[in-house]
Formats: sequence, C-alpha cells, structure tokens
Amino acid sequence: MERNLVFIALFAALIAALGLIPQVMLPFGVPITAQSLGVMLCGTVLGARRGGLAVLLFVGLVALGLPLLSGGRGGLGVFASPTAGFVIGFPVAAFVTGWITENWRSAPVGLAAGVAALLGGVVVLYAFGIVGLSVVLGKTLGESALLVTAFLPGDSIKAAIAGMLTMALARARPASVLSRV
Amino acid sequence: MISLTSPVRTAAHGWPAGGKLLALCLATTGLFLVHNLVFQGAAFALCLTIYALPGRLFFVAGFSRLRMLWPFLALIFVWHVVTGTPGQGAVIALRMISAVALANLVTMTTTLGQMIAVVRWLAAPLRRFGISTRPLEIAIAMVVRFTPVLAQKGQALGQSWRARSPRRPGWKIIMPFTLLAIDDAEHVADALRARGGAIDVEPGTKNQ
Repeated sequence: MERNLVFIALFAALIAALGLIPQVMLPFGVPITAQSLGVMLCGTVLGARRGGLAVLLFVGLVALGLPLLSGGRGGLGVFASPTAGFVIGFPVAAFVTGWITENWRSAPVGLAAGVAALLGGVVVLYAFGIVGLSVVLGKTLGESALLVTAFLPGDSIKAAIAGMLTMALARARPASVLSRV
Repeated sequence: MISLTSPVRTAAHGWPAGGKLLALCLATTGLFLVHNLVFQGAAFALCLTIYALPGRLFFVAGFSRLRMLWPFLALIFVWHVVTGTPGQGAVIALRMISAVALANLVTMTTTLGQMIAVVRWLAAPLRRFGISTRPLEIAIAMVVRFTPVLAQKGQALGQSWRARSPRRPGWKIIMPFTLLAIDDAEHVADALRARGGAIDVEPGTKNQ
C-alpha cells in the first residue's frame, strides 16, 4: 500500500518537475513541453488506477494554489482559463492510457504504450480540451477543434515517445512498470 | 515550495477559505450566464477595483498572472473583427479576464494550509465511514517535498547532457529522469514502511 502511495506521489512530483525543466527538443528541432508527456507516462507506467490518481493528485495540487503547471502557472485561475478543459482532462487521459496499456497484453509493451498514449493522451485529452475551449471562448465545438489542430502532430510524436520510453523503462526496471506487472 | 499566495496581506487573507470558494463558484456562474456587455464591463471594473485596493504591488502581481491569456485575447480580437461581431468578442474577452482574475484572487488570498483544511473538511464523510484520509495528506506532503528535489536532479541531468553534446537535451533525457523518480519512490516507500506505514494500524485505536 505504501509503495502504491509513494509511486503515485512521486509521479505527481515528476509531472511537476517536468514542467520546471526547460523545453525538450524533438528530433526535427521542434521544442515540446515535457509535462503532457509526463501525464502519458503516468498512465503507461503506473496503469489506469494509480496513473489516474497520480495525475488527479497533481491537478488537485494545482487547484490548491501550487505553481506546478509549465510556466509556473497554477491556482484556481487555470480552471477558469481556456486551457481548463485540458487540465481537467489530464487525469482521465492518464486513466484511459493506463487502461489500454494494462489490458492490451498481446502487444509488446512499447506498442501498447504508444497506442495507449495516443488514444488517451491525445484523443481523449483533446476531447476534454476542445469542450473547455468552446465553453470559455464561446465558440462551437467544430471551431474549437480547428484551433487545436496545429498541436496534433507534436502531441502525436509525444505519444510515440511515451511508448519508446515505456519500452526502455520496462527493460531497465521491469518491476516498476506497474501497468504490466 | 512556494505557493501562489500573495505576501501582501489583505483583508481577504483572514476570510474563511470555504466561503471564498463558494463565492467564487457563484460569481463565475453569474459571469457565464449573463451575456450583457454592460454587465461584463461592470464586473471587469469591479475586479480592477478589488485588485487595486491592497495597493500597487498586489495589483501588478495580480495582473501579471493574467499574461498567459494574451494569445487567447489576440485570437478573440482577430476572430470577432474578421466576422464582424465585436460586441460578442468584447463580452467573451471581458468574461474570460474577470473569471480568471477572480479565481486568481482566491488563490492569492488563501494559504496552502487553508486550502488543505478545506480538502480535509470535504473528506470528512470518508472518515466517518472509517476510511483514513492520512494517505492523502502524506501524498500532498510528498509531492510538495519531492518536486524541487526531482527538478534539481533533472537540471543536473541536463548539465550532464550538455557536457557530452553540443546539442540541447533531447527527449531521451526523460528516461533517466523517470528512473530517478522510480528509484526515489522505492526508497521512500521503504522509509515510510519503516516508520509505521501510511495509516496507523495499531489495533484498538480509532482513525483520526
């Protein structure tokens, strides 16, 4: 029980720490913020329940007023801003990502994690984000969807990276990839 | 870890956090229900006044927190000028700024301890059913304690990379970063178990 609790807390801290380091470079010289990659990793490494709880803890602490989002953002203002949908969707995205990683046992862990990160961390997350955008900006869902399309390629690459990282972690610390234990 | 509470003391710092949160919910609901430009303008003016009351430092700090909204403000401006609906655009923009400003106001006038007290209060029904809320409190303390530690280790990793490569750190750096977090987690879990675990499991004692 303590191990679960500590893993949840430390992965929440990891997401926060990933927001504090400078932007990471992708192969083609495109910078990405590593924080949503951290959300995907919570799902692929910890699984659905623990990953979802880790991200929920993270989002809860942002609501309590800690500047844990990338750029030092935090507090209740985030939940009234246009990106509120994405932040609220983080725990659900991690849960879905974890669920697919845990249950798709016939696929190698890298592939399962990559596809899970894409479906959870991109498709599900963007669904929440688009709804949030449309509410705050007063636009239709279609218009909001159009606004976020520019970020889809970068985030899809992030999902593939999450898959590769999970595969590497499964080799380095197999007992710690709790989604496949 | 520094929270976002403002060091400038205001009258609102002494008000109960639960009351402020409830008032915020009502205010935000009101803002999103009324589409009137005059109402939104008045609400925005009220926000400006509330921020200005504690003094210039508070006002500047508060409005610098709104800087993250400028891309969306630019988007709204362009969109509504192009579609010929400036009134609607103004309502949306003012509403967004006022909602975020009011929410930030609650964050700036409430300490982390007060917020955690609200969470404890909300979780009281769980304690009545015998479910301990101590794991949640430990988890919060652990995140606050370990985020700076992990961030520092991440920066050290970045420096190791830069000592070995002319290029900026790539995505591969996240692998050792995650390993550090996992290894720390194993050690801390052992330490926690050695100190009696996350819940007091002495027989005969009631959970707080």
